[in-house]
Amino acid sequence: MAVGSASPPPLDVTRAPEGGEVLAIQSGWRLALREFASNRLAVVGVGILLFFVVFCFFGPLFYHANLLQTDLINSHDPPGAGHPLGTDANGFDVLGQLMKGGQAALEIGFFAAFVAITIGALVGAVAGLAGGLVDSTLMRITDVFLSIPFLFIVLILAVRYGATVLSLSLVFGAFSWQVPARLVRAEVLTIRERDFVAAARTAGSGSWRLIGRHLLPNALGVMIVNVTFQVADAILAVSYVGFLGFGLHYPNLDWGDMISDGVGYMQDGYWWLIYPVGICIVLTVMALNFIGDALRDSLDVRLRRR
Amino acid sequence: MTAYLLRRIGTSIIVLIGISIFIFLLLHAIYPTPARDVLGLRANNVQVAAWNKENGFDDPVIVQYLRYMRGLLHGNLGYSYSENQSVNSLFAERVARSAYLSGISLLLAIVIALPLGIFQAVKRNTLGDNIATSLAFILYSMPVFFLGIILIQVFAISFPIFNFEASQSTNVFVVIGDWHSMFLPVLTLTLLTIANFSRYMRSSSIDVLAQDYIKVARAKGLPERLVRSRHLVRNASLPMITLIGLFLPALLAGNLIIETLFNFQGLGLLFYNSLGKADYPVLLAYTLIGAVFVVIGNLAADFALTVADPRIRLA
Repeated sequence: MAVGSASPPPLDVTRAPEGGEVLAIQSGWRLALREFASNRLAVVGVGILLFFVVFCFFGPLFYHANLLQTDLINSHDPPGAGHPLGTDANGFDVLGQLMKGGQAALEIGFFAAFVAITIGALVGAVAGLAGGLVDSTLMRITDVFLSIPFLFIVLILAVRYGATVLSLSLVFGAFSWQVPARLVRAEVLTIRERDFVAAARTAGSGSWRLIGRHLLPNALGVMIVNVTFQVADAILAVSYVGFLGFGLHYPNLDWGDMISDGVGYMQDGYWWLIYPVGICIVLTVMALNFIGDALRDSLDVRLRRR
Repeated sequence: MTAYLLRRIGTSIIVLIGISIFIFLLLHAIYPTPARDVLGLRANNVQVAAWNKENGFDDPVIVQYLRYMRGLLHGNLGYSYSENQSVNSLFAERVARSAYLSGISLLLAIVIALPLGIFQAVKRNTLGDNIATSLAFILYSMPVFFLGIILIQVFAISFPIFNFEASQSTNVFVVIGDWHSMFLPVLTLTLLTIANFSRYMRSSSIDVLAQDYIKVARAKGLPERLVRSRHLVRNASLPMITLIGLFLPALLAGNLIIETLFNFQGLGLLFYNSLGKADYPVLLAYTLIGAVFVVIGNLAADFALTVADPRIRLA
């Protein structure tokens, strides 16, 4: 040290101060991300999901398959030359159908989750912030929608209003917002007691600004976890609706539709009509569940850090 | 405790009224009048209007709703014009069979998932636990019809042990006795339910094992076997009661899919056939029944939990 120096002695970073471990990562989000990345299943899940996105949306650019013109000579071909996964009853290539069905599944999945989380977050935040009669009314409405069996009402609306990517997404979203609403409301009830909310109010924040700028951003963790599970549920729901025959129709198709066509040929042994599709559904949903579980665990870490 | 129960009953009644309003409005929007089904496709607008006026279908919505509610309270679920039968009679034909399928699956699932969850928590992170957890994970990521298809393929087609079609008998006792045909549908629904339950049972058992009173019991010298049977089982079973209530909508949906896949003449298959014919009175009546069932199921689960868990009673 120089003589007469007024600077403090250099910090010794090789020894932890008494009191415990020094956390190197300051930001809660970075900590959560690190926790997430260290979860092997989550990384596998992200990998599978990315694979499906690339497979379904970019696959058709490289793999051209006949999905529109019936080709009865080549119908029910087992996997072989020219058709890696065989053909179905109309001569359509199964691999190409997988890609197209996957597009519908992923589109509906993400869009439905988006609709559900938007409605749910708004309802939950308003209910949590307002309290009193508004809260009770909104919660009773949520209970009503929660009690109605999802699959039944979705099927009725799909039959009545037709099944397109847009209509199915809206219908799914319209009956899936209840769980995020409850979760966001619970978060808001905790967050609104915090000092920064009181400070914001004193500074003159109106309720909507409070919701948009303070409450919802802090409830983001819970919302993200829920969105992941919503996508998984929506993809399963599409497959159920499609399997029962009320999903997308020609020239569009979805995975459930493919399985329902294939089930009739189980006795004939045409396994390629059923199992590849089923495995795709299971893998996609599993990947999303892995990611959701890992996000939920890493959210706990972030909460611990606070 | 009575205050809590009364409040819960009050909430449930409000929710039931809300459900009836929603279903009625939906029915009114989708299927305002059965005039065209009754009079035929060639009826002109004047005839339709006259029929509507005669049968009260052009009354104000409130009046129609009150009439609908009065019908419901008298147990009248509506009339199916395409089947030419009251909805009540349509349901009555099939309710026993569907109740059997759902009931036996739920019962078997509870009987298996409870010990399984406890086993998984006790033998946590061993091979058995990991296998069970992975299996459960795969099962509930799977659409239930795919599980059914796999089971049919393995047990009915490749190795013809069971029948791939459910029992077609109209007598519920014959159905109960027909194990050859009913094994696969029941197995599918049971596995689905177990997969959903075991997750929660496992984590609830793990939570219980971490509790202080378990440590005290062990410190007192209580043999592990008794720790489990006296403390673990009882405390870990409590969430199961809530789970059953929460799982009812999924049970109904599973019922629908399984009955369609295995061609079982129950309420689910009736719903599926009505979808094809767009027979909205039947569809919406079934949805209403389902919703009411869910509300009552959750209420019953809450009551049961209050009885079983003194902590709630005193809270």
